[in-house]
Amino acid sequence: MNAMTKEWIEVGAVDDVPVRGARRVHTQAGEIAVFKCADGSLFALRNRCPHKGGPLSEGIVHGHGVTCPLHNWVIDLSTGEATGADKGCTPQIPLKVEDGRIFLDGAAIAKLAA
Amino acid sequence: MGKQKLVIIGNGMAPGRALEKLFEAAPGENGGTSAFDVTVFNAEPRVNYDRIMLSPVLAGEKTFDDIVIHGDGWYIKNNVTLYKGHKITEIDRTKKTVTSDTGVTEGYDKLIIATGSSPFIIPVPGHDMAGVVSYRDLDDVHAMMLAAKKGGRAVVIGGGLLGLEAAAGLQMQGMEVTVLHIMPHLMERQLDPAAGYLLQRSLEARGIRVHCKANTKAIEGEGRVSGVRLDDDTLYPADIVVMAVGIRPNAGLGKLAGLEVNRGIVVTPDMKTSDADIYALGECAEASGQVFGLVAPLYEQAGVVAKNLLGGSAEFHPSATATKLKVTGCDLYSAGDFGEAKDREEIVLRDPTRGVYRRLVLKDNAILGAVMYGDVSDGPWFFDMIKRGTDISEMRETLIFGQGYQGGASADPMAAVAALPDDAEICGCNGVCKGTISKKITELGLTSLDDVRAHTKASASCGSCTGLVEQVIKLTLGDAYQANAIQPMCTCTDLGHDDVRRLIKAKSLKSIPAVMQELGWKTSCGCAKCRPALNYYLIADWPGEYEDDGKSRFINERVHANIQKDGTYSVVPRMWGGMTSPAELRAIADVAEKFNIPAVKCTGGQRIDLLGVKKEDLPAVWADLNAAGMVSGAAYAKGLRTVKTCVGTDWCRFGTQDSTGLGIKLEKFLWGSWTPAKLKLAVSGCPRNCAEATCKDIGVICVDSGYDIHFAGAAGLDIHGTILLGHADSEEEAIEIIGALTQAYREQGRYLERIYKWQRRVGTETIRAAVIEDRANRKALFDRFVFSQKFAQIDPWAERVAGKDAHEFAPMAELAPMQAAE
Ligand code: SRM
Ligand SMILES: Cc1cc2nc3c(=O)[nH]c(=O)nc-3n(C[C@H](O)[C@H](O)[C@H](O)COP(=O)(O)OP(=O)(O)OC[C@H]3O[C@@H](n4cnc5c(N)ncnc54)[C@H](O)[C@@H]3O)c2cc1C
Ligand code: SF4
Ligand code: FES
Repeated sequence: MNAMTKEWIEVGAVDDVPVRGARRVHTQAGEIAVFKCADGSLFALRNRCPHKGGPLSEGIVHGHGVTCPLHNWVIDLSTGEATGADKGCTPQIPLKVEDGRIFLDGAAIAKLAA
Repeated sequence: MGKQKLVIIGNGMAPGRALEKLFEAAPGENGGTSAFDVTVFNAEPRVNYDRIMLSPVLAGEKTFDDIVIHGDGWYIKNNVTLYKGHKITEIDRTKKTVTSDTGVTEGYDKLIIATGSSPFIIPVPGHDMAGVVSYRDLDDVHAMMLAAKKGGRAVVIGGGLLGLEAAAGLQMQGMEVTVLHIMPHLMERQLDPAAGYLLQRSLEARGIRVHCKANTKAIEGEGRVSGVRLDDDTLYPADIVVMAVGIRPNAGLGKLAGLEVNRGIVVTPDMKTSDADIYALGECAEASGQVFGLVAPLYEQAGVVAKNLLGGSAEFHPSATATKLKVTGCDLYSAGDFGEAKDREEIVLRDPTRGVYRRLVLKDNAILGAVMYGDVSDGPWFFDMIKRGTDISEMRETLIFGQGYQGGASADPMAAVAALPDDAEICGCNGVCKGTISKKITELGLTSLDDVRAHTKASASCGSCTGLVEQVIKLTLGDAYQANAIQPMCTCTDLGHDDVRRLIKAKSLKSIPAVMQELGWKTSCGCAKCRPALNYYLIADWPGEYEDDGKSRFINERVHANIQKDGTYSVVPRMWGGMTSPAELRAIADVAEKFNIPAVKCTGGQRIDLLGVKKEDLPAVWADLNAAGMVSGAAYAKGLRTVKTCVGTDWCRFGTQDSTGLGIKLEKFLWGSWTPAKLKLAVSGCPRNCAEATCKDIGVICVDSGYDIHFAGAAGLDIHGTILLGHADSEEEAIEIIGALTQAYREQGRYLERIYKWQRRVGTETIRAAVIEDRANRKALFDRFVFSQKFAQIDPWAERVAGKDAHEFAPMAELAPMQAAE
């Protein structure tokens, strides 16, 4: 298979993700966290905090950010970057919604494994 | 000398004032004026009276005679011809005459139209029935007083100034009164929602029913009113209905005469209509596109008209107006423009204990508007500054407290406070004066605001005098004092925890969005600091009403287990008082094997920890533990953790009381409760203290005579022995004291503030007084705790085993290896 294939993988329904919450998607390349903000916007990030690998899916979601449950870094969901004084970035996975279903970019997930 | 003829149509407050000015500026030899022969026509059959004082007449506080401005004698003395009960129906501008409905015609050189306005009657079905009155003149007042003589029910439609004055008056006359107001809050033109709310509360407290957002559909009755029906079909029975929904300028006569008329009779700044010989004055006039319904601007107009009649060139330019409600006991004042806008700032003072509310709206260092409720003494002072556009930057810090706090010539807040005498009251809520504060600071060596609060109570209630208290500290300590302003909860708000807690109660805020909305949160949905705190405050303050927001809880409290460094969880079941049994131990061992749990450990809290449980396994692990009778040990909670015990009289040769039994009772009583920070207890059977009770949040040391209750210990980041709070003779009393203490802490503690920090902030004496000495208060606290436990003692594990929050534990999707790995 070609690593560059644009492949959208369906992971579930928009309604499966609680508002101001997150769900996890298990993949061979590790966990992905899918977040839903108060305004309904959805984001997917690798579920590993750039600090010490904390599971971001378990954090408190506020605005377009999540506070890591382990040591309170705040990660910007739209970029995967740590905010404030903290430095670090977790990969973002492109996501699209069609007919109320959520799709993740397969190529980006494949890249995580690399 | 040919005097000109001045004719005035209408004998209200505005022309009355114009005549006074005229007579003053150009007095005649025998009274009146040398410039004009004056004739006044008035449709109302009476002299000029103070219309705004009709409300005190209605309320029975004044008589009509008390409110007359110009009695019959005045007209005689000043050679004014007054036609009472003559309504002018025609102006002939070519002949320069006016004609009344009784057929009197009078010629004029100069004419003033001052016909005022008429009440607006909403044309709902039944509006013309007997028993429907408006509120404008003495006749209306008499009609209302007559109706009130028979008692019964009154409905006032309109919750503006007039409607509320009518309502209060009718109620004073013994009627049962309901006010229907179409807007969400009373007097919306003069008050902001907060003041409108306070006003409504105080009217309701005196027995007037208020229904806002009430849309009248019909007035019902047969020949005479019997009730008012709203569009949602609510029916309010009524023997009299007062319509007070607004006024319309009486501009009809001007229109008939061909003058330019818009909403009112249009005048130029010199108060002349489109006919240079005719002035319009008062509520019927429209100046600069505005019509006016308060006397202050009308009196200004009167002065302009008087000057111009004498050949002057004065101009009227509208400025801010101020309103006061004349209902005894409801003190409110509003002035200027107090709407919100981006470029405006506001200063708010709230003192719930005194029922005081003040809000100033500022723009570019000038006051634009002021709303005041409760204490309106500074109204005129603020109003004066609004009109002058005074630059307030120098007195900004003390501005809201009013004129009394501004030191004469100097506006330096420090100088102002320095100038206050020792007996000047600084904290209104707690009646603390300046001298008391400075004396305590010196005597006790206090150095911080918190200390001063704890020892004097100054600024400890509503906090609005905090700035002043800080200035007193500064004055007393000099440079030694570093002001530390109230620490905001987080960057989403400027409010500190105490203010937020107070306002949640004062404003009955019952959800996180309501708090954020009402208290002006700066972010759309808060942050990881404020949301858990608000969630706690709401759950503690509104037991049974507030619905817990899991999304505002830290992960541990959301999934009822402790997250570990690798994303697995630890599980700690309760072992009441540290007691366990072979059956429980067997169940724990089985669970550990069944789910491959890598570590089992005795905790420092006398129970067993299962570490390294996968998140997906949590519900199944709990199901097995539940089946063996165990519930969550809440090892993760800002709530009750453990009650450690020693073996006590059951086994120990020194034991004085059943410490194990009491520990179990306490844990069974307290489990499930949420507290500001974690809460740990211990009960030792004698002063040897094997359960380490004297370093716990709450500790009990059993002695021969009963139970010594300790609190405010610390053995974590800080180490402190406990403080002895009091003594209980029986287990029941010990439990009551501990329940009350826990509740006091729940109600006052700031989120994440352990008991020992709360004790330092509030003071042991205050806590002791509340939970030991004041028996009634202790009982009330205890009862509130018991009530809230009704909603708290539900095992969260069992709920999740039953399916609650299932999405938390299962992943949304498991992607097949092929799909992800290319
Ligand atoms: C498991 C346990 C250690 C042990 O193996 O024995 C433990 C484990 C943790 N303690 Fe503790 N504490 C444990 C007894 C204690 C004790 C001893 C006691 O309770 O008698 C103390 C000192 C008393 C006290 O509470 O002050 C203690 C003082 C702390 C502190 C300092 C609190 C403070 O205000 O000073 C923290 C940090 C905090 O809460 O912010 C903390 C925090 C923690 C956390 C929750 C750290 C964290 O946030 O992850 C640890 C969780 C581990 C886990 O996943 O289970 N733990 N911790 C003990 C569980 C007791 C239980 O059965 O519930
Ligand atoms: C109960 C009540 C309480 C109030 N409280 C306050 C307050 O607290 N503060 C405040 O600032 N204002 C208050 N007001 C408003 C204030 O009273 C009026 O703004 C003010 O009286 C208006 O004065 P005016 O001279 O323009 O009109 P009016 O005082 O209304 O006088 C107009 C007069 O003209 C007569 N008239 C009308 N048409 C003709 C005609 N064709 N021919 C002859 N005569 C005619 C009318 O009979 C009336 O007597 C209150 C008003 C009421 C009714
Ligand atoms: S002392 Fe408590 S917080 Fe520190 S490592 Fe041990 S268990 Fe964790
Ligand atoms: S692992 Fe996320 S903040 Fe430390």
